[in-house]
Amino acid sequence: MGKRTVLYDTHVAMGAKMVDFAGFDMPLHYGSQIEEHHQVRRHAGIFDVSHMVVVDVLGAGARDYLRYILANDIDKMAHRGSALYSCMLNEQGTVIDDLIVYFIDSQHYRIVLNAGSAQKDLQWMEQHVKHYALGLHRRDDLSILAVQGPETIALLTALNDPFITDTIHTIARFQCADSDDLFIARTGYTGEDGFELIVPNKRVVALWEQLCAAGFKPCGLGARDTLRLEAGYNLYGQDMDESTSPLCSNLAWTIALQPAERLFIGKSALLAEKEHGVTQQLVGLVLADKGILRSHQRVLLADGLEGETTSGSFAPTLGQSIAFARIPKGDYKECEVIIRDKAHKAHIVKPPFVPFNSSKNP
Amino acid sequence: MNTLPQELRYTTTHEWVRIENDTATIGITEHAQSLLGDLVFVDLPTLKKGLAVGDDAAVVESVKAAADVYSPVDGEVIAVNTDLNDKPELINQEPYGAGWLFKVKLVGELPLSLLSAADYEAMLDEE
Repeated sequence: MGKRTVLYDTHVAMGAKMVDFAGFDMPLHYGSQIEEHHQVRRHAGIFDVSHMVVVDVLGAGARDYLRYILANDIDKMAHRGSALYSCMLNEQGTVIDDLIVYFIDSQHYRIVLNAGSAQKDLQWMEQHVKHYALGLHRRDDLSILAVQGPETIALLTALNDPFITDTIHTIARFQCADSDDLFIARTGYTGEDGFELIVPNKRVVALWEQLCAAGFKPCGLGARDTLRLEAGYNLYGQDMDESTSPLCSNLAWTIALQPAERLFIGKSALLAEKEHGVTQQLVGLVLADKGILRSHQRVLLADGLEGETTSGSFAPTLGQSIAFARIPKGDYKECEVIIRDKAHKAHIVKPPFVPFNSSKNP
Repeated sequence: MNTLPQELRYTTTHEWVRIENDTATIGITEHAQSLLGDLVFVDLPTLKKGLAVGDDAAVVESVKAAADVYSPVDGEVIAVNTDLNDKPELINQEPYGAGWLFKVKLVGELPLSLLSAADYEAMLDEE
């Protein structure tokens, strides 16, 4: 038996097919993964993502500490109530994990870690605390819900909760706000507008039921995976890990090399990599033929060089198969992917495959 | 629990077979489609292909996984369900009907490995 989120019994009662994900029994879908995908693109869905780990970084040294252990620069967040995506790197400049950090106040930052890497992340983070005046507080008392899709604001407004209504109409993308027992961030992993809600465990079942009653349809991790792939978001452990640098993972935009005087773990390795020339890139593939792209398929290029898919699936919004692939640097437009010993033609594109908030920006 | 069509034969790898004279129609079971989830692609055998019991005959792919379909019988492929090229979800909706995969003209005896509905059901209960 795997670990369970507080909502486990609720998912089972709602008919979820449960699967193991990072040691947790999590909902894969509640009937149809594809319908749940469309629900989020066209209307609004709700996900239980409480397997992810919330860590509060508290203390006067929090800012300096995070500027040292994160590759992105938290000083890009000019105001409290902001959020930033970052990689955490090792000395070799490869990726320990990717995360979101929230700036709550000058002595309080909140980090959300991937479930599968949280244990090693925390060990790594503890190792580097000693010179800084701060404490790391793992918040297993909190649950996380994601409400995503074009109807999210309308459905949340209809709840008639003054704090929720005020917050969702005030905060922009990558901003956050909190009250005593509800933290709201305008972030997500679907490519749609929406919010992530962090609440005490004791409140989460009631909130989930309230949100479902308001019209959010429960969606599983299956739809979450196809939504994030279409949106061009990497999945840690598949698209990048401790064997890959962010520079060959389509994540160079998250590496803050300026200001030059800021030192962070992995910086010297990344500078050396840039100086020698980055040799690989993570690109998007759209399969021209029929068939389904999956991870770890061979990618053949016209010049004889090769690469490999890292994530692949059927893309319900496009009705085609898409993938990420790590291939040599170069201006490639086409490739062939080997699916069950047969070569299939694919187009090379720059993700996202589906633009952000696509239904409102057709 | 869904009751299995009693007139069909089954395999331990979750194919079903409908025998009519010297023709076998083959598909995947309700149990198999439910494990796979939403099907999005089907790779069917070519017509006239000769199949022996246990040969890779087709591939069905759901959003999350690809699964091989093995031939439950010996024979030659005489028809494939081309409706599945545009509507693989027929397998989810009607696994024993409109979601059939291919037909084989039988050669020789039926293999002893084919299960009755009762035996297949007993096998599922043990899983």
